[in-house]
Amino acid sequence: MTDDKKTTAPASTLTRRDALKGLALTGAAAAGGLTLGPGFVRYAQAQSSAPIKIGFQVHRTGIGAAYGRWYERTTTAAVKLINEAGGINGRPVEVIAEDDGTDPKRGAEVVEKFATQHKTDVAFGTLFSHVVIGSAPRAGELKLPYYVVSEGHHVASGMLNRYTFQPGITDVKSQVQSMAPWIASNLGKKVTMIYPDFAFGYDHRDYFSAAMKAQGGEVTTLIPVPPTETSFTRYFPNIPSDTEVLYHVMVGPAVLTFVKELGEHFGSEHPKLFGFIDSLEAVDLASPGLEFLENSYFWEAFPRHAGASPSAFDTFYREKVGVDANGASTSDPADISTYSHMFGCWETLFILKHAMEAAGYQGEADRAKLIEATEAITTIAEGNEHPQGDKVFNGKTHQVFGHQNITQVKSGKAEVVHRTSIEDGMYPDETDYTKQAL
Amino acid sequence: MSRAVLLHVGVIALLFALQFVLSDYHHLTLTRVMILSVYAIGFNVLFGYTGLLSLGHALFFATGLYAAGLSATYWGFTAPTAFAAGIAAGLAVSLLIGAVALRTTGVAFMIVTLMFAQAGHLATLYFGDITRGDEGIVLPEASRKFAMLGATVDLADAGLRFNLALVLLAVTIGVSLLIVKRPIGRVLIAIRENEPRTLMLGFDSFRTKLFAVVVSGTISAAAGAATALAFGYVGSTFASIQYSIYPLLWTLLGGAATVLGPVLGTLVMFHLVDLASGYTTASLLVVGVVLVLLVLFFPKGILGTVRARWLPWLP
Repeated sequence: MTDDKKTTAPASTLTRRDALKGLALTGAAAAGGLTLGPGFVRYAQAQSSAPIKIGFQVHRTGIGAAYGRWYERTTTAAVKLINEAGGINGRPVEVIAEDDGTDPKRGAEVVEKFATQHKTDVAFGTLFSHVVIGSAPRAGELKLPYYVVSEGHHVASGMLNRYTFQPGITDVKSQVQSMAPWIASNLGKKVTMIYPDFAFGYDHRDYFSAAMKAQGGEVTTLIPVPPTETSFTRYFPNIPSDTEVLYHVMVGPAVLTFVKELGEHFGSEHPKLFGFIDSLEAVDLASPGLEFLENSYFWEAFPRHAGASPSAFDTFYREKVGVDANGASTSDPADISTYSHMFGCWETLFILKHAMEAAGYQGEADRAKLIEATEAITTIAEGNEHPQGDKVFNGKTHQVFGHQNITQVKSGKAEVVHRTSIEDGMYPDETDYTKQAL
Repeated sequence: MSRAVLLHVGVIALLFALQFVLSDYHHLTLTRVMILSVYAIGFNVLFGYTGLLSLGHALFFATGLYAAGLSATYWGFTAPTAFAAGIAAGLAVSLLIGAVALRTTGVAFMIVTLMFAQAGHLATLYFGDITRGDEGIVLPEASRKFAMLGATVDLADAGLRFNLALVLLAVTIGVSLLIVKRPIGRVLIAIRENEPRTLMLGFDSFRTKLFAVVVSGTISAAAGAATALAFGYVGSTFASIQYSIYPLLWTLLGGAATVLGPVLGTLVMFHLVDLASGYTTASLLVVGVVLVLLVLFFPKGILGTVRARWLPWLP
C-alpha cells in the first residue's frame, strides 16, 4: 500500500502531456528490453523461426479418400508457394496431416490431437459435413481455430461455434440458390428433383425448392433415393411426363449406374438435365456409360476444363497443383481431380496467411486475435491466391460467398455457359458468431 | 476385501491418479477410452459371460446416444436428465429386442441382432429431418451445462469430464463384477458352457439370457448417452455396423469373460489405430494383422491369457 501511494502521488502532479511522454519512453524502453535483453533475444528468435503449424484433417481413407487425395495435393502446393514467398509473419509453415478416416469420431480425436499433442496453431481442411459437425464442438472447446473446406451450410446456419470458419468455399445453400434464376429462365420452370435421402440431399431439396419458387418456377416432384440404393430404375416412373428439368445430385459410387439407367429409361426424348458436379468429382465426364450426360448442364464452382481462354490465375493454379487443362493430374490423365472443391484448400490457406499477418500472429496466445482478424475480412480479390474468383466474406456467419458456374457437357468436356454474380448466392444472416465469447 | 475387488479398486485408483501425470492429449484420449470401455464391458456381459454373440450392439449404443442427444436438442433436457433418458431408452429397447432375438440361437441370433441394428441405422437416416442423418447434430451448449449442488457443471471442461467418465466406468466395472461374483453370473456362465444342462438343472435360461441382454444393452446405451453428452455430437455413423464390430474386437483383444479385459482391449486398440495411422493409410490393415495374430496365438485375449497362465483368480 505504501508503495502504491509513493507511485500514485507524484503521478497526480503530472500533466497529460508529461504522462504521454512518460508512457512513450516506458514503451520504448520496454521495446528496447524486448529486443535487446539477452534472454528475450533468444526467445524472440525462437518465436520467429519456429514454424507455424497447420493441422490438416485429411480424408486419406474412408468414403472421402478421392477428395482427400486432391485436398492434400492442393494443400501441399499452396504451402510450398507460401513458404517460397517467406512463410507467414516471416515463419515457415509446416503442415501436420492426420487421417480422420472420413469418420466423425476419429475426426474429433484428430482435432484433439492437433490441439494437445501436435500443438498446432490451427486445424484446417475438413470436407465431409459429418466430420466437420462431429469435430467442430471439440475445436470450439479446445479454442483451436478450425478452418473447414466443406461447402456444407453448417457453418453459416449457426450450428457450430466462433472458432469454426469456412472462408475458402461457398456453402451449398448459396450454390443451390444461385442456380435457380438461370434454370428458370433457360431450362424450364417445372422441375423434378432426384437427390440422396440424407442431410446433403435435404439441403438441395429445401434451398432449391424455395429458390425456384422465388423465380416463379416449381419443384413438382421430389424423388429421394436412399443412400444404400444400387439400382434406380424403379424411381424413374415417378418422374412426371410434363417435367421440363430433371435436377439430379447423387453422391457415391452408384452414380455411373444412375446415369446409365436414366439413359435407358428415357432414350433420346428426355427433359433438360441439370446436375451438381459433386456426383462426378474425380470421375472423367468422358467415361463409358456417361454418354447420356452429353449436352446436359452442371453446377461447377471452378470449371475443371480450362476452356479456350482460362484466366491467368487459373493457369497459374493448375500449374502449381499439377492439373492439366482437362482437370486431370499432369502425371496421370486418368486421375481426375476434384476441381470444384479443392481450390477451397488453396484459398483458405491464403486467407489464413492474410489473417495471421493482420493479427501479428505469433503463437497460441494470439488465437483470439486471429479469430477477430479473420472475422474482419470483407472482400477478397481474384488473383493467384484466389484463382476461383473474387469473393465476399461475412464475418458474422463465418461464411464466404462467391461466383458459381453453369457448364454444359460438349463432347465429354464441360464448357461454361453462365457465371453467377456473388449476390445471386447471398441470403440473410442466420447467426452472428461474433456475439459468442472467445 | 478379496484380491479381485482390491485389483479393480486399484485399477480405478490408478486411472484417477493418471489424470495428474498424463499429457493433455493422453488425458483426452483416456476420457474417450473410458467411455468406450463402458460400451465394451456392456458387450462382454452378453458375449463373454453368456456366450451370446450379438452383431448388433450398435443399436443399443445408438439408442442411448440418440435418446440423450435428441432429448437435449428438442426438449431442452439438461445432461443428467438426457443421460437418464438414454439409459431408460436403452433398457426398453434391449428388453424388446431381447424378447424377440432370444427366440433364436447361434448363427440365427447373430443375424437377427445384425438385422435389428441395420434397421436402427437406416431409421436414423430415414428420420433425417429430425436426426439430420449421417451429418448429425451438435448438441446445444446449454444442455451440457447444468447446476448441481449449487455449482455449475460444464461438460466441456476436460478435468470434470474425465472424472465423470471415470465414475461411469467405475460403476460399470462394479456392476459387471457384482454380476460375475453372484449366483446369476454363475448361471450365465453355465448357459454359455451348456445351456441344455442348465435348463435341466431347473434354471429358466430364457429369462436369464433376457436379463443378460437387458444389462448388456442398458450399459451400452449408457455409454452411447455419455458419448453424446461428453463430446456434443450425435450422428448416424454411431449406429453403423462398425460400431457393432468395435466392442467385439475390443473384448476379444482384452480378453472375453474378464471384467477388465474390455477396458484393456479398448485402450490398446485405440492406441494401435492412433499410432498406425501416423505411419500408413493402411492402419486398419495393421489392426487386422494384429488381431489375426492375437486370435492365432492368444485366443483368450490379453487378460484371458494372463488368467490361464498366471492369475486363475482373475474375474
